[in-house]
Amino acid sequence: MSIAVAQVRRDFLVAFRARADAVHPVAFFALTVVLFGLSMGPDRQAMGELAPGMVWVLALLATMMGTDTLFRRDFEDGTLEQLLLHGRPLFVAVLAKLFAHWCVTGLVLTALSPLAGLMLQVPAEGLPALAGSLALGTPALTLIGAIAAALTVGLGRGGMLAAVIALPLFVPVLIFGAGASLAAASGASPAAEFLWLGALLAAALTLAPFAVGLALRVSQEY
Amino acid sequence: MADPSNEPLLCTRGLACGVNGRTLFEGVELTLSAGDLVEVRGPNGSGKTTLLRCIAGLFTEEAGSVRVRPPERPLYLGHKPGVNPMLSALENIRWYLALEGLSRDADVCRDAVDTVGLGRAGRVPCATLSAGQRRRAALARLVVTEAPLWLLDEPFSALDDAGQDLVRSLIDRHRDAGGAVLCATHEPVGLPDAGRLELPG
Repeated sequence: MSIAVAQVRRDFLVAFRARADAVHPVAFFALTVVLFGLSMGPDRQAMGELAPGMVWVLALLATMMGTDTLFRRDFEDGTLEQLLLHGRPLFVAVLAKLFAHWCVTGLVLTALSPLAGLMLQVPAEGLPALAGSLALGTPALTLIGAIAAALTVGLGRGGMLAAVIALPLFVPVLIFGAGASLAAASGASPAAEFLWLGALLAAALTLAPFAVGLALRVSQEY
Repeated sequence: MADPSNEPLLCTRGLACGVNGRTLFEGVELTLSAGDLVEVRGPNGSGKTTLLRCIAGLFTEEAGSVRVRPPERPLYLGHKPGVNPMLSALENIRWYLALEGLSRDADVCRDAVDTVGLGRAGRVPCATLSAGQRRRAALARLVVTEAPLWLLDEPFSALDDAGQDLVRSLIDRHRDAGGAVLCATHEPVGLPDAGRLELPG
């Protein structure tokens, strides 16, 4: 367990020292929300129907931007080698690393999402579901994105390839996430979508760290 | 660190490795017991780094076997320093101690950073240090580790004379304590009773 604590502490410290990196996805999210808000025109009704999906797509893209660099620096400076050699069990170390990363991206996006929803005219009754669906969905996105990032970390600039690998896996999360907030906004119960999101998160949480660990091992074979 | 069993710290049999289908070396037979130092020599591209990474478990062999005496995992000091540039040497060593499951006592960390001659430089982010100082930050791992087998890849690179003497003294101390060292290098380490493995290239 001390591995997990030490890894989270370290990654928080690194994120704080390299603030520009950590802020990048969140800034992207905030800026694009503002731009959409300005460009969509004054039709509240039409916008309110599109907005939950839009916030979700932007959160997805921001998460993907963040996961792209998740392992790259550690790969380059050799700390990844040390993690693979000594970070036993690797599952715990990987999970800790992803948790720290989610806290500085996904959690912040979730916290900002009601504001983004208001800006894009999401009906008030849809806002809790929007934030709730992102709270369940962004960890799943981070876990899935991490698999793609780990698979491509040894390839230098693997950003595009990582996106191609991760996007099909992102789709179910996106569908149920956006579906939950849309259902709530139109007055229906989002329970089914939330249960699906929970199931997807549980699956990602149990399977992704193993996949990430294996992919990181492969990245060392050069 | 005394050897409880008679099993050697490292034993390879008929080890062969290749990159992209091209075999780098084959039939490597190595046995390292307590107190041994073996230099791995050979021209550039002969597979010194690959051999070390293979023994560390970072690279899969083509044929043969590697056995590192359990339960310990070897210490690996590669070309990449394994030092996060955003963290100080002190913070890096704390993280490493946690990975190895060792005590993260503040005194232990401070001693390690002082031993490798960083002193106050060990308290600022490593990105602001020179290449040699960053290398010293990596060497701090040698001070704190309890791994009996060390795999050192060009440990003298980027180091000044005092730094090179430091590496020698750390290796010396480790051998006295019953450890073994496998060191890929181009120039002789300069310590007595060093074995030598020549990779043909």
